Amino acid sequence: MVAIPNLSVTPGSLTYPDLPWVVAHREDRCTLCGRCTSVCPTEAIYLTYRRQRMPRLDIGAGVKGTTTQRTFVGIRQRTDLKHRCIGCGMCAMVCPNEAITPAPNANDQRAHFFHNQGGLPLTRGGRRNNRESLLDRIIFNRISMLTDPALDAGRHEFHLNTLLGRVLPPEEYLRRQRAGEWIPPVREIFPFIISSMSFGALSPNMWLGLLQGVAYCNEVLGIPVVMATGEGGCPPWVLKSPFLKYIILQIASGYFGWDEIIRAIPDMQCDPAAIEIKYGQGAKPGDGGLLMWFKVSKLIARLRGVPAGVDLPSPPVHQTLYSIEESVMKMIQTMSMAWGFRVPVYPKISGSTSAKAVLNNLVRNPYAGALLIDGIDGGTGAAYNISMDATGHPIASNLRECYLDLVAQGKQNEIPLFAAGGMGKNGNITQNGMAMIMLGASGVHVGKYIMQAAAGCLGSEKNRCNVCNLGICPKGITSQNPKLYRRLNSDDVAQRVAEVFMSIRTEMKKVMAPLGRSQSLPIGMSDALGIDDADVAERLRIRYVC
Amino acid sequence: MCRLALKTAIEPFSPYSVITAMEAMREGYDGSGLGLLLRGLSFKDYAYRAGDLILSGIAHGGAALHRLNGFMEAGGFELKYDHEFNTDLSLIEAKDRYKYILRVYKAPAAWKEFSQARVDDELMLSRLVLRQDGEAHGNDLTVFSFWPDVATIKEVGWPLVVGNALGLNDDRIKARVVMAQGRQNTNYAINLYACHPFFIQGIATMTNGENTAFVPIKDWLAGRHFPGYIGYQSDSEVFTHILHYVLRQLKLPLEAYKHVITPLKTEELTTHPQGDFLKGLRDACRRLIIDGPNCVMGSMPDETCLMVMDHKKMRPGTIGGRPGVWAMASEMCGVDALVPDRDPALDFQPQREHMVIIPPDRKELTVWSQFQTFPLPQAA
Repeated sequence: MVAIPNLSVTPGSLTYPDLPWVVAHREDRCTLCGRCTSVCPTEAIYLTYRRQRMPRLDIGAGVKGTTTQRTFVGIRQRTDLKHRCIGCGMCAMVCPNEAITPAPNANDQRAHFFHNQGGLPLTRGGRRNNRESLLDRIIFNRISMLTDPALDAGRHEFHLNTLLGRVLPPEEYLRRQRAGEWIPPVREIFPFIISSMSFGALSPNMWLGLLQGVAYCNEVLGIPVVMATGEGGCPPWVLKSPFLKYIILQIASGYFGWDEIIRAIPDMQCDPAAIEIKYGQGAKPGDGGLLMWFKVSKLIARLRGVPAGVDLPSPPVHQTLYSIEESVMKMIQTMSMAWGFRVPVYPKISGSTSAKAVLNNLVRNPYAGALLIDGIDGGTGAAYNISMDATGHPIASNLRECYLDLVAQGKQNEIPLFAAGGMGKNGNITQNGMAMIMLGASGVHVGKYIMQAAAGCLGSEKNRCNVCNLGICPKGITSQNPKLYRRLNSDDVAQRVAEVFMSIRTEMKKVMAPLGRSQSLPIGMSDALGIDDADVAERLRIRYVC
Repeated sequence: MCRLALKTAIEPFSPYSVITAMEAMREGYDGSGLGLLLRGLSFKDYAYRAGDLILSGIAHGGAALHRLNGFMEAGGFELKYDHEFNTDLSLIEAKDRYKYILRVYKAPAAWKEFSQARVDDELMLSRLVLRQDGEAHGNDLTVFSFWPDVATIKEVGWPLVVGNALGLNDDRIKARVVMAQGRQNTNYAINLYACHPFFIQGIATMTNGENTAFVPIKDWLAGRHFPGYIGYQSDSEVFTHILHYVLRQLKLPLEAYKHVITPLKTEELTTHPQGDFLKGLRDACRRLIIDGPNCVMGSMPDETCLMVMDHKKMRPGTIGGRPGVWAMASEMCGVDALVPDRDPALDFQPQREHMVIIPPDRKELTVWSQFQTFPLPQAA
């Protein structure tokens, strides 16, 4: 053992096996074109000259061995955390010779201990990085096999839509109808909703592609898909367009973008699909939205009414009112009034053990249009790692409890419940969504899956990419940098949106047909569900199967 | 698949004639039970006075009958007639039958002061108390109906055998409306309370097919917290309760039932003259949308009879007859057997949008379509 005083080894020194992703590079195939290094969003790799000693041993008396040097050019991986490989795989995607790819590091990942440089805990975008999905284990097993045959998914007519908005009890509906009184607005929509992702978080091309795709689904395919904005409003041309009816406008604690929206109301050609008041988010309960300065472009700054290039942290709660109950009540009424009580208004909350209390508050509020519960597996553009990983409530039992609470009150048809957080996290979007619907949800909000399936988001539950917060999205989905978002063609996104929803529609039929259901969405049809875990089955009050 | 037969005639007829018609529909049927509901009753041995109450059920032991007598006496019900069936219990599969109850009672004197709604509630609650009493004593007492001019008989077994076992061919009971359902085994446990026709406050329906939306509908009905919305041993019981809810709770006309259980599509409602109202009704009653295939036949206290299909229309039902006598059956041969002397060319098979109504005068059929105007002036 010898000392190596000239080598810098500090407590935070890392080498590439300490990192979550190790770049595997084959020098024998590399053409040194440099595409990988130029595309790498974190500059984790670089081209460099290297020298290799070539010792030569000459056998023979009196001949002194000579050593030569070989120089070569190769790709190297940086090991500081700022430039760590995030596993996005863009290098592999652009390599003409299949010479490079990131490989997940199965070894101990020491790097995790050092994600607190300068005393700052790890922040990131993306998801919880947990591949386990309870919803993937729920199967549909009440197959019509005895008295009545299963339906033909290909030829039979199916009613797949759901309702968004407050539905009156039948007696009250008839009374108001006869008395000519106000009847709350209700929207008939597709039960898979593109969840709230803000115009600041998404690139203009991504947002445009989603909207184009949604419009195509509605106007050509007859699938009434709606999409929600996150906080931060909506471009003025959209507000004044006939496409606004496909959009759920979100108002969150920073109220960003609402000056533009309010100013546009007199010029609106149609009403928005709904108004979502965000009180919480599954990925980061207790946090408001966060748009980092490098994503606050001139356009975003204009929409939000702020200077460009500043961080935009929203407060964790709506600050203007002192209790959530009061806030919910007053904001729902204010928002309803803004559109003449023609638009459903509902709150979105984080999954929580207190969700039932919120729900019961809404039941007593005659203007509340729905409740959206966002579970711990939800995604976000930016949050603290600990919030994403460990704060929140899984959606399945949370939603189920709320639904059964409504059932006990006989009010399950009055306040539709929507579920979010982890729908399709492993790609099984229809299975997960239909399981939630049969547990009692009127529909599900889908964010990450849409980004993955429609725009090719590289993020995964294996901590791949997940740098939405940094504005360096390698696919141009969550960046305001034109150099990056030009990589994304909005027409391609629109086409994929249409394909995704066509496919969901077909899969819904393939689930409903064998259950003998076609005349209405099987909300609360829990007798059709089974899971291979007795404890979960008992908790969700579904059938244990093995 | 279950077999359904309904016959309605101005002249009372023996229920046995309906049971024999069930035989015509025997092909492809496993016959695990029979349910009969009779209206417009006349007894050979007794002059029934309209308005007197009729209790139907089965006592499975002397103790149960004793408790029943005690309850009725304590409630002030005066026994007017106790119909003794000419039973041959050896033909009955179940071995714990003690007495088939078909008794006529006079309502307590105090009820004269009650409103009709109160009387109706008291009758239902009395039936439920007896049912619960039976359930609390190992199911030794089964009560099917307690209502003026309605008798119900339910038993496990082949329909004709059950009819013979109860001596229904002796012409001692006749009725103007007979609903018969031959039960086919389904995936819900066989239980006498699971036999059709189902009855609540004068309203009765029977169904064939399977209602796959059963659990969400049942959950919603149970949430009304109405005492009579219990049971659900069969997925078809909800059809009766939905009809009750529409007529008695919502106070809507009969046609609304069709709009509630099988609403029109949005695009159809958009062009419907009362589309806005009907869309709202559909949304408000969304949890009551059935998912058949089903054919539902029903009868009302005024002897109106109806037939509706689900919207998938994979369960055919046929209706035919002549002025004064009409029959509905799940198979065409059933109608042939019930009213042979009719013009079969005039038989009608309702489509997904139809409700067929036979009014109490029995002169002709009313075929109402959901595309027609909804008969509720103040709602339009």
